[in-house]
Amino acid sequence: MVSRVGFLGVIARLLLWAFLLCLAVVVVYPLLWMLVNGFKTNSEIFGNPFALPSHWSFDSYQKAWNRGVSNYLTTSILVTVTSTVATVFVSAWAAYGLTRVDIPFGKAVTGLILGGLMLAPSVALVPLVKMFQSMGLYNSFWALLVLYTAFRVPFTTFLIRAYMLDLPREVDEAAEMDGCGRWTAFWRITLPMCKPILVSTVLLHILFAWNEYLFAMVFTSGAGVQTLPVGLMSLMSKHGTEFPVVFAGMTIAAVPVVLLFFVGQRYIVKGLADGVGK
Amino acid sequence: MRAMSRRAAGLAWAVPALVLVGVFVYFPLVENFGFSTLKWDIFSGSQKYVGLANYGKLVDDPVFWKSLGNNVLYAVVSIAFQVFGSLVLAALIEGVRSERWQRALRAVYFIPSAISLTVAGLLFYFIYEPNLGLFNHLLQGVGLDGLRHAWLGEESTAMPAIVAMSQWQGFGYSTLLFAVAIQRIPREIYQAAAIDGTGPVRRFFHVTLPLVREMTGVMIMITISGAFQVFNEVMVMTGGGPDNSTQVLGTWLYRSGFVRNDFGYAAAIATVIFVVTLAIAVAQLWVARRRRVEW
Repeated sequence: MVSRVGFLGVIARLLLWAFLLCLAVVVVYPLLWMLVNGFKTNSEIFGNPFALPSHWSFDSYQKAWNRGVSNYLTTSILVTVTSTVATVFVSAWAAYGLTRVDIPFGKAVTGLILGGLMLAPSVALVPLVKMFQSMGLYNSFWALLVLYTAFRVPFTTFLIRAYMLDLPREVDEAAEMDGCGRWTAFWRITLPMCKPILVSTVLLHILFAWNEYLFAMVFTSGAGVQTLPVGLMSLMSKHGTEFPVVFAGMTIAAVPVVLLFFVGQRYIVKGLADGVGK
Repeated sequence: MRAMSRRAAGLAWAVPALVLVGVFVYFPLVENFGFSTLKWDIFSGSQKYVGLANYGKLVDDPVFWKSLGNNVLYAVVSIAFQVFGSLVLAALIEGVRSERWQRALRAVYFIPSAISLTVAGLLFYFIYEPNLGLFNHLLQGVGLDGLRHAWLGEESTAMPAIVAMSQWQGFGYSTLLFAVAIQRIPREIYQAAAIDGTGPVRRFFHVTLPLVREMTGVMIMITISGAFQVFNEVMVMTGGGPDNSTQVLGTWLYRSGFVRNDFGYAAAIATVIFVVTLAIAVAQLWVARRRRVEW
């Protein structure tokens, strides 16, 4: 009897592993295919898709790099870094004010800022185009910086605020008694205590800004200000017959965020879970 | 008086966030309603008030209904795979004994969610490609030649192909979130169930499922809301074609405004997206509030 249960248990365990590993292959194989195709020649790509390249050459990666990917990468890094800094600072400021300072109409202010979470970017698209055109910021780096910040402040404030609410207030109060101004209390005491959630929000914002497409496509039609997602599409339309180059470009765009995820996994999971769970 | 002005000074903390959100999120939203009542050519700059004519046009536009239908299809399939499928998957992963392997599996499944939808969409554009694509070669390899298709080029297969890609891209994200929810369940409950001789299947239905109900509800809302904002993958893979068969509200909005130069109509489509996503958000708040009262 016991051995029969044990036997069934082993079978169940094997089936479970078989299923989970198959799923892992379904996820990973296409990604490896993309990476490897960047090393193939064009004719090899039209041959057996499961075959490895006859010899590994970085030619296509180099071509992709020289045909714009280096520029897209630079723009992406610039937009990502600046909008991350802006978003996290503005959000941390707001979160501090909403949790530590007695603000007139505090509830309404909280509601207004967090309410932005509910609104879809596509709804604001047409008016935003008109607004940025009249400001002369259409087709510029500034448009993306401002939009990525404005549309992510609600979510980021939400996360930091929830974290600050759970922190003991006595510490900042003691600091103020000691004659520290609010400003010093914020920088020296509250912000350092918020480090874990700040790391989470930074990483989540990087993932967002690196991958965003709707705004990037609409607001940066010209060359020189295109981020990677938009740049890849123009690489595709310009060199769409040189498939290895396109695959190489895709791989270059994907690798940084995949690495970032593995390095910061713990913080990303925590940020996502808090964002949904609270 | 001085106390009041000091209190008002506290607003300074919230002002940067308020200004950003007010100017770039709320104001355009309000303006959008106004634009939706215009016939507006952005190149000539001509604007004419047409009342609710753009909404009347929506009702008569078969592509609008097709788009809405595709968004609904997206929502239904995503709820099946990315909510319930992911929940089952997260529970299955918990069945793996080694915690390190659990973490590794969840991380691997998440990779597609870390890369952009543009890269994922382009990748599947090639996978579905009739001549060099993996998919047709795979079918050929197992002797199912007859099932080969130009997946994104045929009206009957294009939308399912895009939706399938989206499941591949997104299931690891929700699996990760469900894993967190499952791990918050006190271990003692499972141990008690195991001592009572409850099998893993019954444990799932009687312990896990009721205790992650909250997370499941939130995930359903997020999934529906996301399904009505789909844009990126459709734009990258088909651009809404062939013959508008893969159009969704987001891409139809874009095409109406930026390609067909009918910005008033685009604004009307935006209003529909707004109403749907707002309704979902309000429903979510309502459910969350009721839950809190129960406690």
